[in-house]
Amino acid sequence: MKLITAIIKPFKLDDVREALADNGVQGITVTEVKGFGRQKGHTELYRGAEYVVDFLPKVKVEVAVDDSRLESVLDAICSAANSGKIGDGKVFVTPLDDVIRIRTGERGGDAV
Amino acid sequence: MNEFAELSYALDTFYFLICGILVMWMAAGFSMLEAGLVRSKNTAEILTKNVALFAIACTMYLLVGYYLMYSSAEGGFIPNLGFLIGDENSAAAVTAGGDDAPYYSMRSDFFFQVVFVATAMSIVSGAVAERMKLWAFLAFAVVMTAVIYPVSGYWTWGGGWISAIGFSDYAGSGIVHMAGAAAALAGVLVLGPRKGKYGKDGSIRAIPGANLPLATLGTFILWMGWFGFNGGSELKMSDVGSANAVAQVMVNTNAAAAGGVIAALILAKLWFRKADLTMALNGGLAGLVAITAGPSAPTALGAMLIGVVGGLLVVASIVMLDKLKLDDPVGAISVHGVVGIWGCLAVPLTNADATFGAQIIGMAGIFAWVFIASLIVWLILKAVMGIRVTEEEEYEGVDIAECGMEAYPEFSASSK
Repeated sequence: MKLITAIIKPFKLDDVREALADNGVQGITVTEVKGFGRQKGHTELYRGAEYVVDFLPKVKVEVAVDDSRLESVLDAICSAANSGKIGDGKVFVTPLDDVIRIRTGERGGDAV
Repeated sequence: MNEFAELSYALDTFYFLICGILVMWMAAGFSMLEAGLVRSKNTAEILTKNVALFAIACTMYLLVGYYLMYSSAEGGFIPNLGFLIGDENSAAAVTAGGDDAPYYSMRSDFFFQVVFVATAMSIVSGAVAERMKLWAFLAFAVVMTAVIYPVSGYWTWGGGWISAIGFSDYAGSGIVHMAGAAAALAGVLVLGPRKGKYGKDGSIRAIPGANLPLATLGTFILWMGWFGFNGGSELKMSDVGSANAVAQVMVNTNAAAAGGVIAALILAKLWFRKADLTMALNGGLAGLVAITAGPSAPTALGAMLIGVVGGLLVVASIVMLDKLKLDDPVGAISVHGVVGIWGCLAVPLTNADATFGAQIIGMAGIFAWVFIASLIVWLILKAVMGIRVTEEEEYEGVDIAECGMEAYPEFSASSK
């Protein structure tokens, strides 16, 4: 099992959610986050004076998947979240030791 | 005939009182505008200042200010000292007729004047926001509303020396707005900028306001209140000439505000590439301040153009004051001071009775008095009790430091 953590542009969230649903993903967790990557922050003007926005708003999507579905889910996320412009985000894949469904007590692949 | 005189008297008094109520509501406008343009950690304190300064202005003007302003010799310099607000008119005096017969209640006159004092004091609170000690500010409010404003008020509307040279300021571009801005400028000079506003390398950093819906609401409330501010200053409603004049004043006041918004919004878009809402709001207020010195003489189109110039001036002035390192979080010195001067200078353009010479001498007199007197009071307060919160209190927010409460305790701020 793997945990996929995708940092994407907020306006791509609906596309990513639909693509994951189409790939049979049963559940995701979404968090509003801020950060910077190679895009860095940018400057805005307020009453004629500049201020720096160091951290840009992003959305973090977390999905737990079986190893068998990993590649298709990653493809779905990447194609749905791709706008071709700087700041599209990143996807991290980490090993997942165990999963428990709290209501039934199911463990591992059955609980994903 | 008596019934007619009494009815006119009642109508003029009623109109005066309604206009006073509209001006009173401007206190709400200033509160919301300032609450919107400061950071959320300083919201409860700025609201405390606004409600307390209104109460202090009403009390001090009742005790001494009104007497100073309106019971002193024609053409004079030093006002008579005295207390309270005098006697009410008798029915016999009203119905006697003639030029000297009173045509509105003396109490309604006091009521209308007292809310103007509060307006002048409200201008100060925004400029010194986010870093001044609450009680130093309130101590200043006592002196400003009891003495400083009434003395220059006596020189002008009270019939003193500035009035005698022919200074023309219908509803107070100079007497109220520039006077408030002069006191604010003195305060800002003694107080210094907010921490973090200017970098060590001289760079200017923006500190965005926390709540632009509130700032917009405040601007609309001020816009509405201004109909009383300018409309009431005609002082009379009960004949065709006066009624027409009041209507012209309201039309012109509205036109100037509209011109100010449009000019400031377009200038901000061209200059900063973005439609800066706070500049549009300041532009509307600038239009209102600009027309206040002479809202009855221009045509509606002329009033709009006076507002347009005000809107352009205010944007340039805000950027300029920032470059001079004069930190004014809400732009009060630009809106009320710089544009107040423009308003007074615009009067001779449309009113043949006014002269540029009298306007300039009058404004110089008001500015010199209010600025120097305020500067002395601020310096005394600084020496006696200190006027600035500590660096740590400023970082944590004056809401907790001064009021022990937050404006929005149930939401965690994403940044301090």
